[in-house]
Amino acid sequence: MSEMDAFRAETRAWLDANCPPSMRTPTPDGGLVWGGRQVDFQSEEQRLWFERMRDKGWFCPDWPEAYGGGGLSPEQNAILEAEMRRLRCRPPQINLGIWMLGPVLLEYGSEEQKQRFLTPMARGEIRWCQGFSEPNAGSDLASLKTTARDAGDHYVIDGSKIWTSYGDKSDWMYALVRTDTAAPKHLGISLIVLDMRSPGVSVAPIDLISGKSAFCQVFFDGVKVPKDQLIGPLNGGWTLAKRLLQHERKAMSKFGEISLPTHFHLLPLIERYVPASTRPADVALRARASAVAMDEHAYTLTVQRMGEEARVGRDVSGLMAIMKLVHTEQERDKFEVLLDALGHRALGWECDEFTEQEKAITKGWLGSFALTISGGASEIQLNVIAKRVLGLPDGKQGDKQS
Amino acid sequence: MSLILNEEQRLLADTAREFLSARSPVTAQRRLRDERVAEGFDAKLWQDIAGLGWTGIPFGEESGGLAFGYQGLGPVFEEIGRNLSATPLLSSVVLAGSLLEQAGSKAQREAWLPALIAGEKRLALAVDEQVRHDPSAIALTAVADGDGLRLDGEKVFVVDGVGADGWLVAAREGADLGLFLVEAGTPGVTVMPTGLVDSRNHARLRLDGVKLPASARIGAAGEAAAVLDAALDRGRLCLAAELLGASAKLFELTVEYLKTRVQFDAPIGSFQALQHRAAWCHVHLELARSTVMAGFAALDDAQCGADERARLASLAKWKAGETAHRVSNEAVQMHGGIGVTDELDVGLYLKRIRVAQACLGDGDFHSQRYAALTGEG
Repeated sequence: MSEMDAFRAETRAWLDANCPPSMRTPTPDGGLVWGGRQVDFQSEEQRLWFERMRDKGWFCPDWPEAYGGGGLSPEQNAILEAEMRRLRCRPPQINLGIWMLGPVLLEYGSEEQKQRFLTPMARGEIRWCQGFSEPNAGSDLASLKTTARDAGDHYVIDGSKIWTSYGDKSDWMYALVRTDTAAPKHLGISLIVLDMRSPGVSVAPIDLISGKSAFCQVFFDGVKVPKDQLIGPLNGGWTLAKRLLQHERKAMSKFGEISLPTHFHLLPLIERYVPASTRPADVALRARASAVAMDEHAYTLTVQRMGEEARVGRDVSGLMAIMKLVHTEQERDKFEVLLDALGHRALGWECDEFTEQEKAITKGWLGSFALTISGGASEIQLNVIAKRVLGLPDGKQGDKQS
Repeated sequence: MSLILNEEQRLLADTAREFLSARSPVTAQRRLRDERVAEGFDAKLWQDIAGLGWTGIPFGEESGGLAFGYQGLGPVFEEIGRNLSATPLLSSVVLAGSLLEQAGSKAQREAWLPALIAGEKRLALAVDEQVRHDPSAIALTAVADGDGLRLDGEKVFVVDGVGADGWLVAAREGADLGLFLVEAGTPGVTVMPTGLVDSRNHARLRLDGVKLPASARIGAAGEAAAVLDAALDRGRLCLAAELLGASAKLFELTVEYLKTRVQFDAPIGSFQALQHRAAWCHVHLELARSTVMAGFAALDDAQCGADERARLASLAKWKAGETAHRVSNEAVQMHGGIGVTDELDVGLYLKRIRVAQACLGDGDFHSQRYAALTGEG
């Protein structure tokens, strides 16, 4: 038996013995465990699974053991992932720190920073949030204005971050801040980490048109941050931010996979709400619905095709670039058709007259507006496709962010 | 069911690309048009294609074919689309030939299949009678006549109908549909060419009291509709692949133009208004490619049910057609003034794309069919 075969057998046996039965079922909505200072477990088995994986160092299987990782080689890590998929193990915890900040700290952090931040991260003891976007820096992220002023042995931070997911529940933040206001906008940015309990930090949850959300706005009012919490070179933050986003994409492709269409099956719903008739309005609506359903089918097949292309080692960057745009635009189109098909029954709000599905469609429709804006608006996606995939030339000014 | 080509299929795709770009480039199609070649294709090219074995790809070995599968034929049709190559591969091999292999009698198969595969003879499938494709609206009648049958009626837009050695004719028999093989030279048959914008071979076929022996019937009574639908789906997928190839190539030409055409002191491809429209074309081409691959995979997958196969065929024909429509319109507009001149190839692509879109069901037809096949899902 080769070394890798032995590792596979060992891993399979360990997972089989240690992953409780209820942790081998698909994770329900709201059923994820978030690591942090305080972890909320919904079941004893969830807690067991969390602790066993933590003690094995398998929250971060491929990090060095010195920083609390599992010390696995890339090959071993791939085997572990495959075996977890095979047994349908749930992720033992979710943590932005591990997927995004951790790899950047490994690459750019000082030895002291690695010791200080990676070890608790690897034990799931700190919940991290990301401070990138600002009220006046959305698509044009590099124009961010939250400042970190040099005050001798520390920085003083003033400004605000927005669209911070779970800002109200996180322990620490990694943030992009302006450390040189005179330099060109990409060259005056630094990456800094800060404790959300620091004096001067306040957090306000954001209600969306669809209702409650995980998004928050975070305000900094003279927040003191020790200088040893600057990550990487001063004014070198833009490079690190791009690395962070690369790790995000990698994590997405590993964990979240590519988003699949929501579970509102359009054509059966149309059958129910818009019975076949010869009324021109019904015929037109059914034709629109059919087109949207077919495009959604085409997208699902494209997700499958991209997976197959990637497995045989072909370049899928051209496909990858279209997925977010297609998925989010299609979701919006679908909810628009559903809204027309259900009429007033898609417009119910906090009223028991409507079915759960109808209320979910209302929320889904309102929620779909955020999809084409967050995580790179559709227009940014189109810029990326035009320039990176099609190789079209840059304009004379403006949209250089992609 | 795999949505990517295997090594053998990729190899064939490479061969097809090399052969057709050398032997049947767009300039050759222009020449066929200008010289008004009645059959719409180059007979020598067709002989060489048969020599390469492409005509045997979908047929089983017992029929003298290569049993290479439709996933092998897909890339060939894509290359046909890229080069705008005119060949009777769709009409004679995919539509008529596959139908005959599936439902024909032993005598019919022996009489025709080897000759079709060798490229010595060719058949055409005659279905439509209306302005738009509609296999449910067949009025041409077949009635018993002594020991045989008599056919009366008219077919339109028969692909490669001019100069064919025979036609497979769909006819109404009371409440049922029937399929009949009508050989060239049978009394009462009139063939007239119909000129379409793609300058290919399309025919009007008149049958006036055409008497056929009982042996001209293809397949068992009552099965014709299903047999015909399956053959049409194979043809629809090949057309979808042709549309995909044509629009992919046309889009490449257009992106190249966007990079080189300078106005206002900048390449026009640097303007965001054009960049975003071009990006959308790329998006739809990728989506269309997935549907075409899925459709061909379904044709070769014995586990795939007839309804699912039909649904995927309609999805691919719809998506490839819609995409080709978008890309061809954008190609003309983005090329500006020169885009509407005959000198540029863009117009040739536009014209072939529109005919291929209408052929065997346009977007509305396939959208409706897809929805009906999806039903309560």
